[in-house]
Amino acid sequence: MIEARSISKRFVKSLDLAARIAGRLGASVREETVHALDGVSITVERGEVVGLVGESGCGKSTFGRIVAGIMEPTEGTILYRGRDLTTLQGAEAREAALEVQMIFQDPFASLNPRMRVENIIGEAPLLHGIVAKQERDGYVDATMRRVGLDPAFKRRYPHQFSGGQRQRIGIARALAVQPEFLVCDEAVAALDVSIQAQVLNLFMDLRRDLDLTYLFISHDLSVVEHISDRVVIMYLGRVVESAPSGELFDTPNHPYTRALLAGAPKLDARRRVYEPVMGEIPSPLDPPGGCHFHPRCPHAMPRCRHEAPVLRQIASGRHAACHLNDG
Amino acid sequence: MAGDETTLTVEGLKTHFFTKAGVVKAVDGVSFEVGKGEIMGLVGESGSGKSVTGFSIIGLVDPPGRVVEGRIIHDGRDLVGLDDEQMRSLRGNRIAMIFQDPMMTLNPVLRIETQMVEAVLAHNTVPAAQAREAARDALGQVGIPSPDERLRAYPHQFSGGMRQRVAIAIALLNRPSLIIADEPTTALDVTIQGQILYEAQKLCRETGASMIWITHDLAVVAGIADRISVMYAGRIVEQGTTADIIDQPAHPYTRGLIGSVPSRNTRGDRLFQIPGMTPSLLNLAPGCAFRERCSVADDTCLAEPEPSHPLPGRVLRCHHPVLEVAQ
Repeated sequence: MIEARSISKRFVKSLDLAARIAGRLGASVREETVHALDGVSITVERGEVVGLVGESGCGKSTFGRIVAGIMEPTEGTILYRGRDLTTLQGAEAREAALEVQMIFQDPFASLNPRMRVENIIGEAPLLHGIVAKQERDGYVDATMRRVGLDPAFKRRYPHQFSGGQRQRIGIARALAVQPEFLVCDEAVAALDVSIQAQVLNLFMDLRRDLDLTYLFISHDLSVVEHISDRVVIMYLGRVVESAPSGELFDTPNHPYTRALLAGAPKLDARRRVYEPVMGEIPSPLDPPGGCHFHPRCPHAMPRCRHEAPVLRQIASGRHAACHLNDG
Repeated sequence: MAGDETTLTVEGLKTHFFTKAGVVKAVDGVSFEVGKGEIMGLVGESGSGKSVTGFSIIGLVDPPGRVVEGRIIHDGRDLVGLDDEQMRSLRGNRIAMIFQDPMMTLNPVLRIETQMVEAVLAHNTVPAAQAREAARDALGQVGIPSPDERLRAYPHQFSGGMRQRVAIAIALLNRPSLIIADEPTTALDVTIQGQILYEAQKLCRETGASMIWITHDLAVVAGIADRISVMYAGRIVEQGTTADIIDQPAHPYTRGLIGSVPSRNTRGDRLFQIPGMTPSLLNLAPGCAFRERCSVADDTCLAEPEPSHPLPGRVLRCHHPVLEVAQ
């Protein structure tokens, strides 16, 4: 349904006046470039839930934003149902933009505190002509009921709701324009366990009822394992592994995936002795050459230092980027 | 912890906040013991009073809150009623605290060295060179590479995980007998969290320090704690060994909490969900605070459940515990 083809995104911190003058005078200043995404290709099939996992700075949120159309990629194309989104014009472009909606992590920051809930949810469908003005109230009520909110509260402001309810408002806002594809960026990370379970169940109900497709971005492996059909693991701007959920968690291929799975706390692993992956996550400003993971990898070979492994198929439906698979 | 020395005994601790809107009973009759070298996990959702319990022990409850009742016996001495001067000589010395955000501990404009030496000299009369040595050793102990150079660095020059290590190193400086860790890994990435858990576990084993690990994440305490106390609305509702609590939870809230955690066995299924949300602690009605959300609640739950000991080593506050026979 959505195909992202070798998406790259670079953020350049341009030099300020002082730095430019210093540069003229011979100081070694240069523009700093963050390679947030480096040739990422991910395809999401219709009705599928794809989990995108990685640690801070791996580019997972940037990728989500590009897919949702909030950001432009530096290179690469996004095909939505085979059409390149950037070439669409006018009404067609607006329509396509509505099909993909995003749900954010922080329900405190992503809702306008000065708008009533009925406007937060009802504004976009009215503007885009999905409902007529006189039908708006009923539409807002129905949308609120769908996400488990009491329509009686629609005249309230966001601060009058709890964190879990606010996340539901965010979901209702996204659903109000009848999207087919939802990008959830750490959508349950800020919630308490019991509330997280309620929202995860809501996501699964919505998927069943509305035939939705999800790109589910999270750092929490157990959440991703629970909800996803397929999982993509990213490290410092590159995809290192992608596989169907069950296979990835049973037989992880890439050393980074293995390290992630070993490091994640689990309920059924208690009083265990932690054997941590050594080292820090390198800065995306200056990632290590070759395979980005080689300084922390227990199996690194000389080749890993200068040659970046390509993402190759290792089994049916499974891809990994590691030189170990060549041997 | 029969036979073992206890480092800390908390008895009937009540910490209330006297706000304009009413009395918030953030901690309302909490009792537990922590043995020497033991890690006790204090688990609960937002607003359950787990952090306030920690703050009460270390004497950091700010007005309008205060400890209104109970005893906190640390190394044979009651901490309730100590004056500021006496509390200050204990804090950072015999009792240390690690916060979720290490920048709460670290001063951004001072070198690590200055801050660490200061912490040593505040409680010991030793030459500055010796204090510096202690600081360097503590940094080495928590796995910071080249501690001599890193002593000269400022907090912003460290990554999040490294900062948390520095905070732990500062907590360890004066060899405390009790460390209170309040969500120390919540803000960290999975692989970095694994490293911190590993260090914490190692330190308790090596130094014999006791630890109270406060967290909302059951999976984390399952991996690290010897015993677990589950808090709900200011009270400990269930307490027992980690294996007992995770394998045979008896309180409906604990059961719900464990059922809400997504894991590999739940993929594709709906998660168990606890209906409703945590009650406001302001003017909480008498009786079991969980009864509104509980599936087995009846009229007996209108009366406050007293702590009972239905199984060896287990404390429960429930009229209808689920006591399964161990398989």
